[in-house]
Amino acid sequence: MSDRSYDSIVIGGGHNGLVCAAYLARAGQKVLVLERRHVLGGAAVTEELYPGFKYSVCSYVVSLLRPEIIRDLQLPKYGLEILPLECSFTPELDGPGLVRWPDADKTRREIARLSKRDSEVYPLFGREMAKVGRMVKPILEMVPPDPTSLNPANLMEMLKLGRLFGRLSEEERILQAKMFTMSAIDFLDEWFESDLLKATMGVSGIIGTFQGVRSPGTAYVLMHHYMGEIDGAFRAWGISKGGTGMISQAIAESAKNLGAEIRTEAGVAQIMVRAGRAKGVVLEDGTELTARHVISGVDPHRTFLGLCEAGDLDAEFLASIKKFKMRGSSGKVNLALDRFPEFTCRPGDGMHVRGDLAIAPSVDYLERAFDDAKYGDFSRRPFMNVVIPSLLDPSVAPPGKHVMSIFVQYAPYAIKEGPEAWPERREAFGDAVIETLAEYCPDLESSILHRQVLSPWDIEQQMGLTEGNIFHGELSLEQLFFMRPTPLWARYQTPIRGLWMCASGTHPGGGIMGASGANAARRILKSRVRA
Amino acid sequence: MPLPSPFHERTASLCESLKFKSWAGYFAVCSYESHPDPEYFAFRNSAGLLDITPLFKYELSGEDSAAFVSYMATRDVSALKIGRVTYSCFCDQRGKVIDDGTISRLDEQRFRVTTGSPAYAWFLQNSRGFQVEVEDVSESIAALAIQGPNSRRILAELVGPGIEDLRFFGLVAARIAGVEVEITRTGYTGDLGFEVWIPRDGALSVWDAVMAAGKAHGIMPVGLDALDIVRIEAGFLLQDVDYFSAPRCIIESRKSTPYEIGLGWTVALDRSPFIGQKALREEKQRGSDWGFVGLEISWEGIEEIYTEYGLPPSLPTQACRMAVPVYSTGRQVGQVTSSTWSPILKKYLALATVEAKQVEIGNQLRVEHTVEYERMRVLATVVERPFYDPERKRT
Ligand SMILES: Cc1cc2nc3c(=O)[nH]c(=O)nc-3n(C[C@H](O)[C@H](O)[C@H](O)COP(=O)(O)OP(=O)(O)OC[C@H]3O[C@@H](n4cnc5c(N)ncnc54)[C@H](O)[C@@H]3O)c2cc1C
Repeated sequence: MSDRSYDSIVIGGGHNGLVCAAYLARAGQKVLVLERRHVLGGAAVTEELYPGFKYSVCSYVVSLLRPEIIRDLQLPKYGLEILPLECSFTPELDGPGLVRWPDADKTRREIARLSKRDSEVYPLFGREMAKVGRMVKPILEMVPPDPTSLNPANLMEMLKLGRLFGRLSEEERILQAKMFTMSAIDFLDEWFESDLLKATMGVSGIIGTFQGVRSPGTAYVLMHHYMGEIDGAFRAWGISKGGTGMISQAIAESAKNLGAEIRTEAGVAQIMVRAGRAKGVVLEDGTELTARHVISGVDPHRTFLGLCEAGDLDAEFLASIKKFKMRGSSGKVNLALDRFPEFTCRPGDGMHVRGDLAIAPSVDYLERAFDDAKYGDFSRRPFMNVVIPSLLDPSVAPPGKHVMSIFVQYAPYAIKEGPEAWPERREAFGDAVIETLAEYCPDLESSILHRQVLSPWDIEQQMGLTEGNIFHGELSLEQLFFMRPTPLWARYQTPIRGLWMCASGTHPGGGIMGASGANAARRILKSRVRA
Repeated sequence: MPLPSPFHERTASLCESLKFKSWAGYFAVCSYESHPDPEYFAFRNSAGLLDITPLFKYELSGEDSAAFVSYMATRDVSALKIGRVTYSCFCDQRGKVIDDGTISRLDEQRFRVTTGSPAYAWFLQNSRGFQVEVEDVSESIAALAIQGPNSRRILAELVGPGIEDLRFFGLVAARIAGVEVEITRTGYTGDLGFEVWIPRDGALSVWDAVMAAGKAHGIMPVGLDALDIVRIEAGFLLQDVDYFSAPRCIIESRKSTPYEIGLGWTVALDRSPFIGQKALREEKQRGSDWGFVGLEISWEGIEEIYTEYGLPPSLPTQACRMAVPVYSTGRQVGQVTSSTWSPILKKYLALATVEAKQVEIGNQLRVEHTVEYERMRVLATVVERPFYDPERKRT
């Protein structure tokens, strides 16, 4: 039996589960990771679904991955390479569109075409965001304090947090309060007048949420996206060489090197609980494995409503988990292209397309896209975030050919026909995406060699993200920080002793960040004495 | 005023930033766009094309050429095979480094040497008694570096799959766009890469052919700013930055021996006489005063000192060549001579010369770093060089 007993078992080989396992192994634990699928990575995965073309199936850009994790786990040694996205391009149908360049003066001149005033305010806005981002950043590294606890360690953390808030000037505090309560567009209205610019910037406030750019609270999400950090520079995006899956691969290699054991096609059916304590897991094939710590790298719904027996949890807790909003709202279309598709408003495969492209021609366009979703349909003319990774990373497509990654919003999980109807609606959704994009890029349709369409239903069925929510739970205000996933159980602990959570459903939330996994490992290691 | 290199027509029209500097009297592009990031990633991720014509190049031929080169260099090249390249230092009588560069054996009796500064007079001056002819081919030979993981694929399209067999530090004659060239598997990037030696007249044809074949493989023309980052990641030193050519130093303490700049491995002591042999043998026995190390400057340390000022940490976006002091327990024990943020490793790296007793891997030192006009000290650890060493470089 001894070879079946571990210090820690991690359920799910998503990037957070793998990060958590790596840190635990590094501290000398005997660790096992169990992944249901044949590939590791969860939502951070690369798959070659058409020969020679590597899709970053779900997530496609990195900005939040913590640099200290990259260093601690020596990820470059295991193949991680992040290539910066240079530009942001918002094409237009009846104009040249807007490109934001890495060169500040060039960007100023672009924006001045729309509004001279905005062009000068733009860098100031960035600086303010960086300030607030700087305030929030240490919080990402912190285990969320329990506001109701009088434990001295907790008080220290609360104090630290208080100090960070305290350091802000009056103005910054007001700014921050606004971020927490306003809609992305109301917030941007205070700064800018150009509609195209506001639409371009506002989309960061809605990514992964079931909210419109005019819904309150989306200003915070906007800022969340500003915290992305590459090389210490704020608001920088990149893609991972070889596709997003390389991030998970590198973490897995590092974890293995540190002694962790990783199994794929080893789905967990149940978490074994005896007398209020997690004892191990039962695999789908019936195998029982025991461990002192069981760590769930899957979302809160799946953990408590899927893998635990109802009797092991009290009703109040279960109710709060049920209340935790998943509400997937986005889909993904991946294309293999025979050639580079020209954008009419700015032809060529120059720098302007070596970044991300937003289909967000106006604020009203975005709001209308949300209107469709409110009434249970996918957007006929959706917001899209497009990246052509093969322009920066030739290794993901044969020479001269391209991969296009299209993140689409809105595609509500709960369409009016019911989520199970998605398989019938899927291709219609894919068609709407291609039609919309082809308006900007007439060459697109004829260059498509293969397309993969993922609705939130598919994301749930294939990747195991409940309701296809890309962040394991919406990044809305009431679900953040010391309330993630529920106010009383936000410290990676759960009501079941020895059962922990380490994925995006915990503080500090979704995205390829690794912070949840690393924080959870830290908490678990501290608890060793008591375990 | 610098001169145009044979590739200038192409490089100048592509160089949107208009950022040039003089490299050995030639116009050399610093970066084609306003910042070097995309070019850096081309080197590490697809392929970069760099004009290296400004290197000084000499051909040494004649009956005694092998003996002569072995006499001038710290390496013994008498056993170097035809079609092989080696890397060497060149020293003065006191063992102080004058230059460093590559030596290719083109033929039984013909070598090509590259150096960072002019060496014709020096070769000539030492050639008495040797059956050797020294020819300065710096201007008649144009050169391109094609570096990065896709470089081999690009060359394979131009010269055939035979290029796959060219080993690290090998040389092969080939024909690109009808031009007879030599290709060496060498470079200054620490990555898979090649250098192509081209008769001046064929320069543009070769450039065009390489760019055309490289398009589908993501090739980019690259300038010196990106080169400076990759060469630090590879742990390579640069003349006039990390060390100074002995004859051009006014004071003794500025000069260095190969052992002191981490190039002791190029010194073959026990063999036929060569310039500097006696002094180097003595140093080897006595031990060196200085050592050359790679440092990893603590990012947490950097963040801390910036936080004290309420600032987000910031570093120059380019490699830095400003020398700064290195301390151990409050005492200065050397200087950092090159430093850069490594975009791939996410680490702040430096090359430094320090007292010999400080060179141990893991040794913790402090490096000066200025924040808001105030000089602070940040933790730095001695680590292995190269900092970045992909397998593909050799395989
Ligand atoms: C379409 C899409 C686009 C996105 N785009 C971006 C982006 O561009 N940038 C960004 O930063 N973030 C993006 N995200 C979000 C980001 O990918 C996720 O927040 C993050 O990858 C989640 O990682 P995780 O490790 O917490 O969980 P997951 O990646 O969900 O990992 C959970 C793992 O558990 C496995 N699993 C589930 N059930 C079981 C079981 N019973 N037994 C064993 N294993 C099980 C799953 O197969 C999966 O591998 C995107 C997400 C989606 C879906």
